[in-house]
Amino acid sequence: MSRLNVSLPGLQLKNPIMPASGCFGFGREFAELYDLSTLGAIMIKATTVEPRFGNPTPRVAETSAGMLNAIGLQNPGLEKVIGEELLWLSQFDVPIIANIAGMTVDDYIHVAQEISTVSNVKALELNISCPNVKQGGITFGTVPEVAKEVTEQVKAVSDVPVYVKLSPNVADIKEMAKAVEEGGADGITLINTLTGMRIDVKTGKPILANITGGLSGPAVKPVAIRMVYEVSQTVNIPIIGMGGIQSAEDVLEFFYAGASAVAVGTANFVDPFICPKIINDLEKLLDKYQIHHITDIIGRSWA
Amino acid sequence: MITVEKMVVEAQIEIAKNIFKLVLFGDLVSKVTTPGQFVNVKITDSTDPILPRPISIAHVDQDKQQLVLIYRIEGKGTELLSRKQKGDVLTIIGPLGNGFPIYDMKRGQKALLVGGGIGTPPLLELSKQLVMRGIEVIHVLGFQTKEGVILQNELQHFGKTYLATEDGSVGMKGFVTDVIEQYQITFDRLYTCGPTPMLKALEANFPEKEIFMSLEERMACGIGACYACVRHTCNQDDDLGYRKICSDGPVFRSGEVVL
Repeated sequence: MSRLNVSLPGLQLKNPIMPASGCFGFGREFAELYDLSTLGAIMIKATTVEPRFGNPTPRVAETSAGMLNAIGLQNPGLEKVIGEELLWLSQFDVPIIANIAGMTVDDYIHVAQEISTVSNVKALELNISCPNVKQGGITFGTVPEVAKEVTEQVKAVSDVPVYVKLSPNVADIKEMAKAVEEGGADGITLINTLTGMRIDVKTGKPILANITGGLSGPAVKPVAIRMVYEVSQTVNIPIIGMGGIQSAEDVLEFFYAGASAVAVGTANFVDPFICPKIINDLEKLLDKYQIHHITDIIGRSWA
Repeated sequence: MITVEKMVVEAQIEIAKNIFKLVLFGDLVSKVTTPGQFVNVKITDSTDPILPRPISIAHVDQDKQQLVLIYRIEGKGTELLSRKQKGDVLTIIGPLGNGFPIYDMKRGQKALLVGGGIGTPPLLELSKQLVMRGIEVIHVLGFQTKEGVILQNELQHFGKTYLATEDGSVGMKGFVTDVIEQYQITFDRLYTCGPTPMLKALEANFPEKEIFMSLEERMACGIGACYACVRHTCNQDDDLGYRKICSDGPVFRSGEVVL
């Protein structure tokens, strides 16, 4: 019997490891390297109604134990994501979590309505936390009433469970979590990136063309752990935790904090084989710590 | 086929001020198909710096299973890389990208290879392979000063090599375009790698010629997944409207992407 399988609203995961949205494209590049069916799920790159080119370059900058990105939700648009990317992904035995983004509530509704009817899309991830677009995105994710409203509207039209991706760039993450739970969210994913900035010491100018970007990687892990710990004890819906995961040990830490599954982001850029590697290491780690099943340890750190 | 391999440092030599030649040994060499491809070099197993560094392949020796990278110290990552010594092991992701097209050139045709500064290294393997295929090669290299000159002797071995420096400390004072004009160099195809202003000048000076240029941009993954290194296409009606420098390039025909 598998010791790694996890059941979440809409999702029967063979293991709790999935690549995070924006760090895996639509899977094509990684499919050249390994069988995507080994993954617990795939969170696809954020999809908007219309195609988006995104921000000017440079779009990435590095920092100690992390990176800043300001891609700007580049994606081919709803029609192509459904007609090409999701169709192509249907050859793999892996549930898809479709990350959806928009500039207006109507955009979210439009994308949710259509993408949630695609057969391999088992859940939506409502992206109200992207720090790199001027309109929409994070503006929905920092005011509780607004987050609740967009969650309700998307829930009303979605054929599949809705997970809401929260931003860490808020004063009180628990308040945001409660708001989306009240709005009917089936789960929460957190954290998105922390807004940051770097300046080139040679020129005195910002490195990123967008000036600011989202910080990810091991540098943000303690923030993510703290937020998973707080939110998981505040709401009654499951959490998919993410933020700086690089190893099976990191996965255990998120489960102890209260996550029911995890996503791997930046580490995919450092080692393209990191997801299958973590899946492989995780079972051995359960042996080491004499854990019968991965779900036995959810929230073990709680007082 | 992209692989991740721990390659062994066989040598590391400073060939000009702050410019290093790194010789790596491993199976990955056999996967390199085209001059102009690159690898992503993970400099440390720790998380600082966390991202691998994309560096062009300067030379491959299939018999000795050697890969040669030539890079300049630009920051923390490349500074750490320059301290690696014989016997050290580096995690390499690659080979990445599509290189310079060479198979459609015919014996007896003439190729002009133009390198600018630290953009010169991938032209070495290119020149070698073109010559092996019976193509005549001419090199024009541009540097800021005499201290920055690299690969002049190695390239001279494959074909006539002209130099230009901005300060005139060696070769012609001026830019690569001045050299091409001064010596009225003719060619069937131009291959180039170097700073964007140089690429723009070449594109403007030879609008009728076939030009293949290798571009660079800050990257994260190097395999096309992160969308960090995109450029708009020149053709606004293009189906995608963009290209990724890492996986669609790094070599593009002039006029394909906006410089």
